[in-house]
Order: sequence, then C-alpha cells, then structure tokens
Amino acid sequence: MFRSDPLTDDHQQPTMRDAFAAHAADLLDADPRTAVVLADISADRFRAAAAIHPHRVINVGIREQLMIGVAGGLALAGMRPIAHTYAPFLVERAFEQVKLDFEHQGTSGVLVSVGASYDWAEGSFTHFSPRDVALFDTLPGWRVFVPGHAAEVPALLDRAVDSDQGAYLRLSLRHNAVPHGDADDTLTVLRSGTRATVVAVGPVLDNVLAATAGVDVTIAYTNTPRPLDSTGLRHLAALTGDTVVMVEPYLEGTSDWLITRALADRPHRLLSIGVGRDELRRYGTAAQHERLHGLDPDGIAARIRRFLDPADA
Amino acid sequence: MMPGMTATFEEARELARRTVVDARYPHISTYTLDAIWVLYDRVLRVDPESLDDPARDRFLLSKGHGPSAFYAVLAAKGFIPVAWLDTVAALESPLGSHPDATLVPGAEISSGSLGHGLPLGVGVALGLRATRYADAQVYVLIGDAELDEGSNHEAMAYAGAIGLANLNVVVADNASATHGWPGGIASRFEVHGWAAATADMGDHDALHAAFTAPHHDRPQVTVAAVRH
Repeated sequence: MFRSDPLTDDHQQPTMRDAFAAHAADLLDADPRTAVVLADISADRFRAAAAIHPHRVINVGIREQLMIGVAGGLALAGMRPIAHTYAPFLVERAFEQVKLDFEHQGTSGVLVSVGASYDWAEGSFTHFSPRDVALFDTLPGWRVFVPGHAAEVPALLDRAVDSDQGAYLRLSLRHNAVPHGDADDTLTVLRSGTRATVVAVGPVLDNVLAATAGVDVTIAYTNTPRPLDSTGLRHLAALTGDTVVMVEPYLEGTSDWLITRALADRPHRLLSIGVGRDELRRYGTAAQHERLHGLDPDGIAARIRRFLDPADA
Repeated sequence: MMPGMTATFEEARELARRTVVDARYPHISTYTLDAIWVLYDRVLRVDPESLDDPARDRFLLSKGHGPSAFYAVLAAKGFIPVAWLDTVAALESPLGSHPDATLVPGAEISSGSLGHGLPLGVGVALGLRATRYADAQVYVLIGDAELDEGSNHEAMAYAGAIGLANLNVVVADNASATHGWPGGIASRFEVHGWAAATADMGDHDALHAAFTAPHHDRPQVTVAAVRH
C-alpha cells in the first residue's frame, strides 16, 4: 500500500504538528497581530481557525516563494507572521526570500517546519531537511527551537511569537518519552559526570540517555540551540575536562563553530554526532534512518566510547 | 529646495538626472520617473509626516535597480534632503544603487533583487486588510523584465484568485525582457482576474486615470509603456 504519511512505528500522539496547530489557533484568538501563512501543507488543521479568522489564516496554495514574501509583507504591515510547511520547502526552496524578506527589510517572522531530517523516510530525500539549522546560522539573529516532545511546543511557540527576532521552530515526529527543558535559553543538566559534557538537542535526548547509561558523563539538554547557551556550556565543560560531545538531530557538525568559539581560549576536545552529509537513497522508516546515521543508542554509544577510550576501541 | 517643499515635475526630472548612480545604466535609472511622480504627486495618501501612520498608502519599488527616479521624487516631495542626492552610493550615504528601507525615510521596502516586491506587496495588502486598514492602497512598481521571475507569477495568480482589491501594480514596460511577452503583459494579469489598463508612460493624465480607476473586487495592474 502506498502511504502519503510517515510509517507509524514511532508516532507520538498528539504529534508536535498537532500541538503547534492547536496552539497557533489559540494565539490567533488571543493576539490580533498574529497571522498564519500556509502553502497547502497542514491547511486541514487550520480549517476551524480560518473560519474564525479568515483574514489571518492565509493559504497561498503551493507557492513557497510567495508564502515567505507574504509573511514578510505582513510583518511590514505590523503583524507577526507564522509561516509553516515542510522544512525543505520552507527553508531551502525560498531561502533568498528568507534572507531578504525579513531581516533585510528590518522585520522578522516565525517559521515553523515539519519533516525534520528524515521524518517521512518513505518520501525520501526530497522531503528531508538536515541542513536547515546550518542555513539559519548564515543569517544574523535567528533563534532556533527544536522541541523534543509535543508538550514542549506551546511554550516554544509563545517564545518565538513574543520575540522580535526571527524564529525557526523545527518540529519532528521523532520525540522523547517525556518533555524536558527550562523556559529559557539555558542548558538543562539532567545528569552530572566527570569525563565529558554531552549536549543533546531536542528529540535525540532519549537515545543519548540510553547510549550513556553507566557512563560517567554530564548530560545537558536544550530545545533552544540558537542562541546556544555558550556560558552554560563553558561552565559544564570546565567540570568535565573541557571534553564536549554534541548530539544534534540535523547535519553533523552544525554547532561546531559555536562550541569552538565558546571554548576558544581553552584546550578542548569535541565530538559531533548528527545526520550525515551523504544522500543515502533509502526509504524505510525514520527509526531506520536514525540507525543508518548512527543516531540510535548503539551508534551514539559506540562513538562516545571511541572518543573517550580510543585505546579500548 | 528644502525638505517639505513640493517641486514641479521638471524639477524632479532634473533631480533624477543628477542622481544617476550607475553610469552603465543611465536610462534604467530614470525611465520610471513619470509613474513614480504621478503616484506621489496625485495618488498616494502619504507624506513625510505620515510615515508611521498605519493607514497610509504604500509605494513599493520592487525594481530597485536604478532608483534615481525614486530618490528624486522622495527628495522633491520632502521625504529626504535634496543634498543626499549628491553623495549617492558613497560609503556613508543612506542612498545606494539599491534602496535600503532601514536607511531611507519613505522607502517601504529594501529592493534590488528582482521578484521580491510583488509578493511582499501581497503580504502588506493582506496585512492592511487584517488590521482594518483595507482602504489603504498598496502600489508595487515592477519592470517588464522583472516579470521573468517566477515569484511574480505566484503572486499574480494568488492575488487574482482572492480578489485582493487594495493591491495595485505598475509595470514599467520598456520591452527589456529577453524573451518578450507574446500577447502582451496585461493579459497575463487579466487571465487571473485582475483589472488591467495600459497607458503611455509620458502621459500623466492617462497614468493618473489608470492608477485611480475603481476596482472594488480585484487587484489592478497598469502597464506603463515607455516610448523609445
């Protein structure tokens, strides 16, 4: 059977997308400055909100350049736009619009994606966007939110909408068993150790916890990788021999430049674990892709072991 | 002239010639002057004192390449000091070869990369509608070659489909599109439900009539043809 939705081996109910749509509808009710801009994706989830707010739920059809331009125009008119579609179409397809239609105009907006790095594995590479956060790192001032659980989404959306900066909220079907994170930009320490500080971003946390059971490391969580809590990272790293492991659910090494900068004045070691650069040309499930990229518990454990104890490997 | 002073068209034309910022494209910089002048002189409800008024009309210069005519009209109408025109594109000048909305009072958008102004204009028009300033009009000036950019066609189709009546487009048509527009430019808007008019760029009364023709339930385009 051909399915247009991801295989359901690992769905959380409600999904982050459900949580986003529900909370965005609340924001439309509460704040007349907000508007949601869609390009058909998720339009069904905003049907009720569109009936109540016909001028502030805007579906432009399958036109992503226009979607970003319209969001930029709404911001020029004093509104707080929330544009939403699949990550590669939101970020990569119209990236010049992302670059020019907000910050270059002296405005900002909120972009909310689904699909993440390989959520719809059956759909394959056209619907994967592991490079999105790296692209936002080329632009000044964008905040990036990567929730690890649907229950983290409403507070992050509030922070994105309340901010006067550009904000990117990266939703995924990958998720942790329970929500984590503090209501600010700081790293949340879940466990303290001495040999390394392992930072887990969003939905990779449970795999990191499983991979490091019995290993003497600090585990720190964030669903707010931009701005990265470099002060907190410096503090934690100092307690673990300036040894850092960064585990990210997007392109491996995306945060290297920030970690290197944060620790530039101290000799340090850094291991980056994330989504590989190569196109795999595989289908299957998201969990299987996680394994292929070494982001499953076994893969993460093996790389951390080699990093900390190369002689034993 | 002092800020706030209202110049004549002839004076504005002299200012435009004085501010040709890119010697490679002198004509590109000034051929839009008539349309921009008529808008600011006779159509737009905006002045230097109302730049923060949410109910003001908006002019979006999408064709930001060659902005001399735009700068000249802003100076002639008192939005910017005339003296700024003498240092265009210098390091410390707020006026560059492409306008920056954060630096130029009266510039509603930063432009220079083609194909951004019309989608932004659709968003501004939607925003005005959503914030109950639907009477405020949005005018976007694009070039006929700029129409090559596909983003314009996304905007044309969508704005027509929803009948975005506070959106107005001026196409400065100097027949510069490399592959042309067989069948004309206006028809490409009309097929999406727009009201369309064609006027001679030099005929200010015809431009004024086209810019102000009623279009209560649909967006409007004026194709302003430039005579060579």
